[in-house]
Amino acid sequence: MKALTIVSYQWKDLFRDKWLIGYALIYLVLTDALIRFGGGGPKALLSLSNIMLLFVPLVSLIYGVLYLYQSREFVELLLAQPLDRKSLFAGLYGGLTIPLSLAFVVGAGLPLFYTGVWIQTGFGTVATVFGLGIALSLIFVGVGFLFGLKYFDERVKGFGFALVSWLFLAVLYDGLVLLLVSTFSAYPLEKAMIGLSVLNPIDLARIGVLLEFDISALMGYTGAVFNRFFGSYLGFVIALSCLVLWIAVPAWRGLNLFNKKDF
Amino acid sequence: MITIQGLRKKFGSLQVLNDLTLQIPAGQATGIVGPNGSGKTTLIKHLLGLVKPDAGCIEVNGVHLNGSYEYRRHIGYMPQMAQYPENMKVRELIDFIIQMREEEPVFEEELIALFELEKEMQKPLRVLSGGTKQKAGALLALMFDPRILILDEPTAGLDPRSSYQFKQWIKREKDRGKTILLTTHIMSEIEELADHLILLVEGQVRYHGRQSDFIKSNEEQRLEGAVAKILQEVSV
Repeated sequence: MKALTIVSYQWKDLFRDKWLIGYALIYLVLTDALIRFGGGGPKALLSLSNIMLLFVPLVSLIYGVLYLYQSREFVELLLAQPLDRKSLFAGLYGGLTIPLSLAFVVGAGLPLFYTGVWIQTGFGTVATVFGLGIALSLIFVGVGFLFGLKYFDERVKGFGFALVSWLFLAVLYDGLVLLLVSTFSAYPLEKAMIGLSVLNPIDLARIGVLLEFDISALMGYTGAVFNRFFGSYLGFVIALSCLVLWIAVPAWRGLNLFNKKDF
Repeated sequence: MITIQGLRKKFGSLQVLNDLTLQIPAGQATGIVGPNGSGKTTLIKHLLGLVKPDAGCIEVNGVHLNGSYEYRRHIGYMPQMAQYPENMKVRELIDFIIQMREEEPVFEEELIALFELEKEMQKPLRVLSGGTKQKAGALLALMFDPRILILDEPTAGLDPRSSYQFKQWIKREKDRGKTILLTTHIMSEIEELADHLILLVEGQVRYHGRQSDFIKSNEEQRLEGAVAKILQEVSV
């Protein structure tokens, strides 16, 4: 109950912050421009998904780290009240992930709604893209909190690790996987590829987008492997479970660190 | 009564509190003094559960602090440098803390009038001066009429009038039987407000007892001179 009170106050506080409104506006302008100049309909939504796969993790990570650093005195004030650390952590986590997710959904959703693209592409596809965007927000705010708590007194380090982890997962990881595939092209790598893809939440979300838009064939052999595995019921359940784990593990580990932290 | 037994805390390689054993009497005012980095704020943070001890135990009014938090209902804490969410208004901050504690404040209106905060209530905290934020901090610490007051350099940043009024309030609370724990570098404030004294040096208790006895035993007229004498001895 107290966690909800913290969420509502954080919510109010963040919405007064022009930064969050700016974040929503960026999505609004981008989505509107993609619909007008990017071919409209499913093409625009696919382009939006690709932007989302890079932009949502970056913003969530940075904001997750900075938010903890900026809330230090506020956390101290609240911990001096009869309040348990678990509720406070839940309040802080919810107080950031809910406004961030909402900014993304409203910013990107409004142009899809007023141009009627959501009808053209189908509600299911739009819901999948937004669902993946929200999942990425939850995952990377959790990871940001982890870095923020781990390097609570070394802000540059915390911020640096957050940026490097984004660079690794969003950019370098695929390059490394590609290198692996080309180096060991003589060997059967299907299982290894699937294993590697679930280790990176951005890749998991990307596979979700590929399957939803039915464009995995564009990726040739790899796409066929993903399509065969993740397109099956078992594959879908495994992918979804991995995403849930990716949300739960950083948040749980963050809570553990928060419980032991000296403020 | 606050009982501290064998309290140890290390930050990295720095031993901040070293086997601290203390009994802080209930219903009296105790001043904690010591040079910068002697462990005053760390000790206070231990009492609030903000910092976890490496070893030792703390009891507040018979409650052993081991992850418990309900005991803090009886504590009013005024931090050294009050910092709050910048976009929040003073009124919202007060309402927020009321909701968090789930109790009605006793002295809210009286304290708002005392610190002349009426005009500041609808202002966001980011536009307030350090002194006004400090007044808001005093209001939050005192308005629930807690049994224990923990004040970490409370008058730093307050203007002379507010500082005077604040001290008058604390004296009143002391007469009402509250347990008061105060840290400050202004020795005259300790002389004015505290009965007992704890002198911390390098995380260890150098003196613990009545303030008047400490001044007498050091053959000084004022607390400042007595504390300076001890610190001089330590540095030599």
